[in-house]
Amino acid sequence: MKRSVIRLENVWKVYKMGDTHVNALQGLHLDIKEGEFLAIMGPSGSGKSTAVNMIGCLDVPTKGRIMLDQHDISRLDESELAQIRGRKIGFIFQQFNLIPTLTALENVTLPMIFQGTGEGERISRAKKLLGLVELGERIYHKPTELSGGQQQRVAIARSLANDPEVILADEPTGNLDSKTGSIVIDFLKRLHKADGKTIIMVTHDAALSRVAERVEFLKDGKIVKSLNNK
Amino acid sequence: MLRDYFNFALGTISHRKLRSWLTMIGIFIGIAAVVALISLGQGFKQAINKEFEKIGTDKLFITAKSGFGAPGTNAAVELVEDDMDVVKRTQGIENIAGYLMVNSKVEFEDEVGFFLVLGMPEGDERRLMQETYNIKIQEGRGLRDSDEFSALITNGYAEKKLLGKNLKLRDKIEVSGKEFTIVGVIPKTGDPEFDRALVLPLDAVREISNEAERIDVILVKVVNVNSISSMAERIKSDLRRARDVKKDEEDFDIQTPEQLLGSFNDILDIVQAVLIGIAAISLLVGGVGIANTMYTAVVERTKEIGIMKSIGAQNRDILLIFLMESGLLGLIGGIIGVVLGFGLSFTVEFIAKSALGINLVEAYFSYSLLFGALAFSFLIGATFGILPARQASLMRPVQALRSK
Ligand SMILES: Nc1ncnc2c1ncn2[C@@H]1O[C@H](COP(=O)(O)OP(=O)(O)OP(=O)(O)O)[C@@H](O)[C@H]1O
Ligand SMILES: [Mg+2]
Repeated sequence: MKRSVIRLENVWKVYKMGDTHVNALQGLHLDIKEGEFLAIMGPSGSGKSTAVNMIGCLDVPTKGRIMLDQHDISRLDESELAQIRGRKIGFIFQQFNLIPTLTALENVTLPMIFQGTGEGERISRAKKLLGLVELGERIYHKPTELSGGQQQRVAIARSLANDPEVILADEPTGNLDSKTGSIVIDFLKRLHKADGKTIIMVTHDAALSRVAERVEFLKDGKIVKSLNNK
Repeated sequence: MLRDYFNFALGTISHRKLRSWLTMIGIFIGIAAVVALISLGQGFKQAINKEFEKIGTDKLFITAKSGFGAPGTNAAVELVEDDMDVVKRTQGIENIAGYLMVNSKVEFEDEVGFFLVLGMPEGDERRLMQETYNIKIQEGRGLRDSDEFSALITNGYAEKKLLGKNLKLRDKIEVSGKEFTIVGVIPKTGDPEFDRALVLPLDAVREISNEAERIDVILVKVVNVNSISSMAERIKSDLRRARDVKKDEEDFDIQTPEQLLGSFNDILDIVQAVLIGIAAISLLVGGVGIANTMYTAVVERTKEIGIMKSIGAQNRDILLIFLMESGLLGLIGGIIGVVLGFGLSFTVEFIAKSALGINLVEAYFSYSLLFGALAFSFLIGATFGILPARQASLMRPVQALRSK
């Protein structure tokens, strides 16, 4: 039995908008084991992004517990959460979310600045990571000078900056054509296989979900189906 | 880390050049005005202080109090020769001189003007005057006891600036209808009032102005510099008795150069404070401009804030990044302002000296003023950036990420 990295226990997220309440998550249970590749699927509005934000400590639940290494993080304050995010989690977003005024290299060094890593180490590590995603030639390019697939690879390099245990990818291929999308997926697979990273990926694409070891189907903020690909 | 945020801010500022320049205008105009005013004010003060140092600290000046007069009469209170005799009898005095200044009509060929005329006493008195006011002769000779209708001109006349004609030695000018021969030229002293004056023998001035007794200023040199204030008190009580006035109701003033300087400096400080206060309003406006720009930046970069938080930025980091940016806007504005400010004050000095001949206008430079102004401008930027930066730092990461 593998160790749990993150466990969501009966997690509720309620968004209040005036008089109406939106129940984005309704008693979600999710146990993510060390080194596993999990895909989350489900219709639009089913709460996938909300769930990923909880796993990534970007948000706290209205109700329920989020256990990270046996500690409940759902009551931590924003600064403590930020520290956990910075060290343990790497985010990859659908819209790439690079800082437009910074070069590829600077974008990759940014998470290390927030962790207080020294400049020399930052730059050599960022260069290595950009080499890993085959962008060694483009390190001084700004995001606007890169294609979508290249930007997403910069984002992958950035997610690895602080060598996190968990990579969270919310529809990483959503803005890419299938060919560039599969390149991105290949990198995620490699991270999983070669580096033993825990990977959680949201996708709409059933074909892509087959690279995962396990697929969870979400509907109305709850798991409605689980699938084991192993 | 701060250095990284500094570079980060520098990048953002240069990325939005036009907006950054527009924002900085308020700051650099304000800083330029404040720096120029301080520089010129301090320079002026120093120049005045130098002038007073030349006079020396062992001198007293006795003048009639202006605005005093017997009730019901218009007659202004005057000092007269008798008062001088009283002062002269006081112990501890090394030397004494009394002189008169009147406005007179000065004519040369067909040019006419009204100028200040100084009646120069004779003998030891004249020597004390020359020492105190540092009167030198540039051309010709000084006045002698035997002179009756001789005149010294300052080189403002020689340079044709005052009377419209070039006066030179041995020219004959008419002062209040009497003819005087120019025997000497005094170089410019930098004191604009003195530089416009004519110097004539005291007796001649008494004659043309019909003032047989009046003395405008009694100049006293004391033997012992350290006893100057007790000497002033002693002379005061002697004069009080002689002029028959009560204590604290004196109709005359006794001032030492320090006192004159002190009251002068006080006035200058007030004037300077008021001017700097006005200039500071533009700094306030500049600061509000920075706050406005930063609020806009925070809204525009909401998504960026969300991204930075998602990759591990704490509230403190976001706060510092934005504070650094607003501080830097202030600082760059300050650098330009300091350059402009010193440029302005040295230009004013140059124009005053070369074109207007006013030596007292001096620009003052010091590193503490330079760096003080820079630190202050950074502080303005950072201070006015606090609220926007706080707003940025408190953004919820998920909400910020969802914004477009
Ligand atoms: N900040 C918010 N305020 C109000 N409602 C929200 C907020 N975030 C999400 N929701 C709502 O919560 C529900 C779940 O949203 P979520 O973004 O998690 O869906 P999703 O499964 O990721 O959808 P998609 O596939 O379209 O990305 C939706 O009904 C959404 O409208
Ligand atoms: Mg989503």
